[in-house]
Amino acid sequence: MIELKGLKKNFGRLTVLDDLDLEIPSGQATGIVGPNGSGKTTTIKSILGLVKPTDGEIRIDGELVNNRWEYREKIGYMPQVARYPENMTVEELFRFIKNIRGDQPSNEEELIKHFGLESELKKRMRTLSGGNRQKVGAVLSMMFNPDILIFDEPTAGLDPRSSVQFKKKVRELKDQGKTIMLTTHIMSEIEELADHLIFIVEGKIKYHGPMDELLNEHKEQRLEGAVAKMMEEEAA
Amino acid sequence: MKALTILNYQWKDLIRGKWIFGYALIYLLITDALIRFGGAGPKALLSISNVMLLLIPLVGMIYGALYLYQSREFTELLLAQPLNRKTLFWGLYGGLAVPLSAAFILGTLLPMLYNGMFFGEQIASILLLLGLGLILTLLFTGIGFWLGLAFFEDRIKGLGFALVGWLFLAVLYDGLVLLTIFVLGDYPIEKPMLALTMLNPIDLARITVLLEFDISALMGYTGAVFNRFFGSFYGMITAVTSMLIWLALPLYGATKRFRKMDF
Amino acid sequence: MKGFNHIALAGVFLLIGSVASAQTITVSPNGEVKTIAEGLELVQPNDTLIIRQGTYLEHNLMVDKPVTIIGEGRPVLDGEKKGFILVITADDVTVKGLEVRNTSTSFMEDYAGILIEETRNTVIEDNRLIDNFFGIYLAETDKAVIRNNYLSASGERETSSGNGIHLWYSKDTKIEDNYVRGHRDGLYFEFVDGAHITNNLSEENIRYGIHFMYSDNCSYVENTFRDNGGGVAVMYTSNVEIIGNRFEDNWGSSAYGMLLKEINRSRIENNHFENNSVGLYIEATSRNEVKGNTFRQNGWAIKLMANSTDNMFSENNFIANSFEVSTNSRRNFNEFTGNYWSQYEGYDLDRDGVGDVPHHPVRLFTILVEKQPQSLLLLRSLLIDILDAAEKVMPALTPETLIDIKPQMDQIP
Repeated sequence: MIELKGLKKNFGRLTVLDDLDLEIPSGQATGIVGPNGSGKTTTIKSILGLVKPTDGEIRIDGELVNNRWEYREKIGYMPQVARYPENMTVEELFRFIKNIRGDQPSNEEELIKHFGLESELKKRMRTLSGGNRQKVGAVLSMMFNPDILIFDEPTAGLDPRSSVQFKKKVRELKDQGKTIMLTTHIMSEIEELADHLIFIVEGKIKYHGPMDELLNEHKEQRLEGAVAKMMEEEAA
Repeated sequence: MKALTILNYQWKDLIRGKWIFGYALIYLLITDALIRFGGAGPKALLSISNVMLLLIPLVGMIYGALYLYQSREFTELLLAQPLNRKTLFWGLYGGLAVPLSAAFILGTLLPMLYNGMFFGEQIASILLLLGLGLILTLLFTGIGFWLGLAFFEDRIKGLGFALVGWLFLAVLYDGLVLLTIFVLGDYPIEKPMLALTMLNPIDLARITVLLEFDISALMGYTGAVFNRFFGSFYGMITAVTSMLIWLALPLYGATKRFRKMDF
Repeated sequence: MKGFNHIALAGVFLLIGSVASAQTITVSPNGEVKTIAEGLELVQPNDTLIIRQGTYLEHNLMVDKPVTIIGEGRPVLDGEKKGFILVITADDVTVKGLEVRNTSTSFMEDYAGILIEETRNTVIEDNRLIDNFFGIYLAETDKAVIRNNYLSASGERETSSGNGIHLWYSKDTKIEDNYVRGHRDGLYFEFVDGAHITNNLSEENIRYGIHFMYSDNCSYVENTFRDNGGGVAVMYTSNVEIIGNRFEDNWGSSAYGMLLKEINRSRIENNHFENNSVGLYIEATSRNEVKGNTFRQNGWAIKLMANSTDNMFSENNFIANSFEVSTNSRRNFNEFTGNYWSQYEGYDLDRDGVGDVPHHPVRLFTILVEKQPQSLLLLRSLLIDILDAAEKVMPALTPETLIDIKPQMDQIP
């Protein structure tokens, strides 16, 4: 379980997260949606410690993690725009991260196969296509079998086939009882993958609850319609 | 341990960039040429120290900032890993400062070794020179890091400040000191002038070089303050202590900043 | 009985000695003659006085006969600070193998371990003079030889300390292979003519290693003067030969490897100046030849005051000095040619070993330091290098004619 309590983040005068309270249940998949600049990525980065919150508490499995680092052992993260050391080959990158992790057991071979990266292993990161970089990011996030997985716009650069492969993998992970957080602009993806939905606008939570409740509430068959309605209500 | 893993990778990456070889080669060629054409005397050491006082601060500051910008992806990748930020910082810093120091020391030392100069009577001066170059590299790489982190989102500003900072410390600052001396020369300004030079790390390193190579001239100066300062071990100790404080300052500032930064 | 015999014997010696060969008298702490004073009474001209090993607490010993005094096993003559120790007033006296200690010190009288006054052909050889006010003092002597003596004192102030080897109005003296330390001036020459000073080492004296005034026609060759309070001073003299000496480690605001003041028509050749605050200081000095010297790692290699004229500086090596030449005027009446300057930055396109552009040994910074000594702090600053380079292109403050038009590309062997 990931708990955020009174989370606040200012970048200079700009308030990006405004007193955010959130609980992300374990063993389920939670989708975060919201307009551009609403604070989705900042929320994720706060949980990872990449962004230091101005105020508030972050707890994982009940433990306060602000300014700690060991807890990241439990998290696999796939960033929105994956940037990697350009001079490294894919293989070296995996080996290096394994070194950093103190040679923890990893299942990268299986993942490489799953994403079809075998032919890319000897290539330098700078020569990789955007899609393959995303796949490398996916492998990196999953290879140490973490309990929590955080995906920031994971399928943005992937072709349909790879996208299907990715989603298949996520479902597998869900079945294994992992806690999953993902942001995306593609509503169908959330419908496919998520059990819970969080809707953020201007750093505030507008909706937080199980997906089916939302659909019932708005008398909509599709998430897209429900979310669009929420946004209209917000604008009004 | 993890810091060493990072350092080790960065070091390999630098070597792959070949840039570091060029840097070592500059020292190698200059030192070799100086010894070849000017003999293995104190003149060679003096010229090397002049090159060192010029090049190390410039390269340290500019490349310190530039390297942070270049390592941005690497930094972001590692920040999501179970790593202490402090560990990451020292790994990054060591990844640049250690190769830069090694390039300077090897580039300078090799020609001295194969010319047989190192094991001569000047070994103490040579060791002082190498030690000073080492401290200067660590110090100015630290300042470069500091600037790089202070202007992490604005590379042009960061590099601009590094360049202007170098120009200020290397040339303009001394211009101000000279001006002060000529305007206020009739007053007892020795102590403030000494303090002023202590405030500039390049001057500080320069004074240490003077203490080794120009002590005869320094002792020829009429004035009790200078004589007491330069004429005893006290001068060397003060200079080295100030240098270590200078080494700690930017590194302290940089680590503090790095730990609080958002990525 | 014994005393009577002794006197009778001496009487016989006296009779024979005056007509035939010289005799030997032996002084020994447990012999018949127990004091040197007694021995000196007994000896006759041309006799030899042997002093055996032991300590003799005696002072004001008058040597007024031409005798040879030889110490065996280095006897110690301790004056207990009660006056002079040996006073030589006769010609043809030789003193060898003694250790002379503890003269008086005084503000009025120049007490000396060995005083030599108005004599000819005195030889002082292989002696040790320890903790005396003056060491060996020669006044109005002729053809004295001072050789291979060791002089040491532990003077702390100029006023409470005398000179090591002191010459006043002496002619044709040879001073060779001596060691002097801890005196006021190691060697002191005033109104001396024709002295040859060779292969001495004078160090750690309070004032000068050698102090040399009004002494024409002298030469000093291959001596070493090291770490003396003021270095070496040579003044008011013509026709001196200063050749192959070493001037080292003289540090201080008024310390010079060698100071020349009013020296004319002299030769300063093949000397070595190293680690001095000022290597060679030249004031009111004219028509001298400064040739083949090496100036290494001095603060200022040469300080040349503008009242010096017609001196010729050639074939010298200037290596790694903080400043090469400094002067106090934009005018220059001396010539520099064919020297090696390690600060020379020119080139030699025709490869004839001579730089193609002249060398300016006086930098702008030299002048700045002359005007505001505090600016010495900026030595080796990049700013200073830039200023110096600009001044080289457009001389505004440095003497335009003080240049070496034939700077050598390589050190002169």
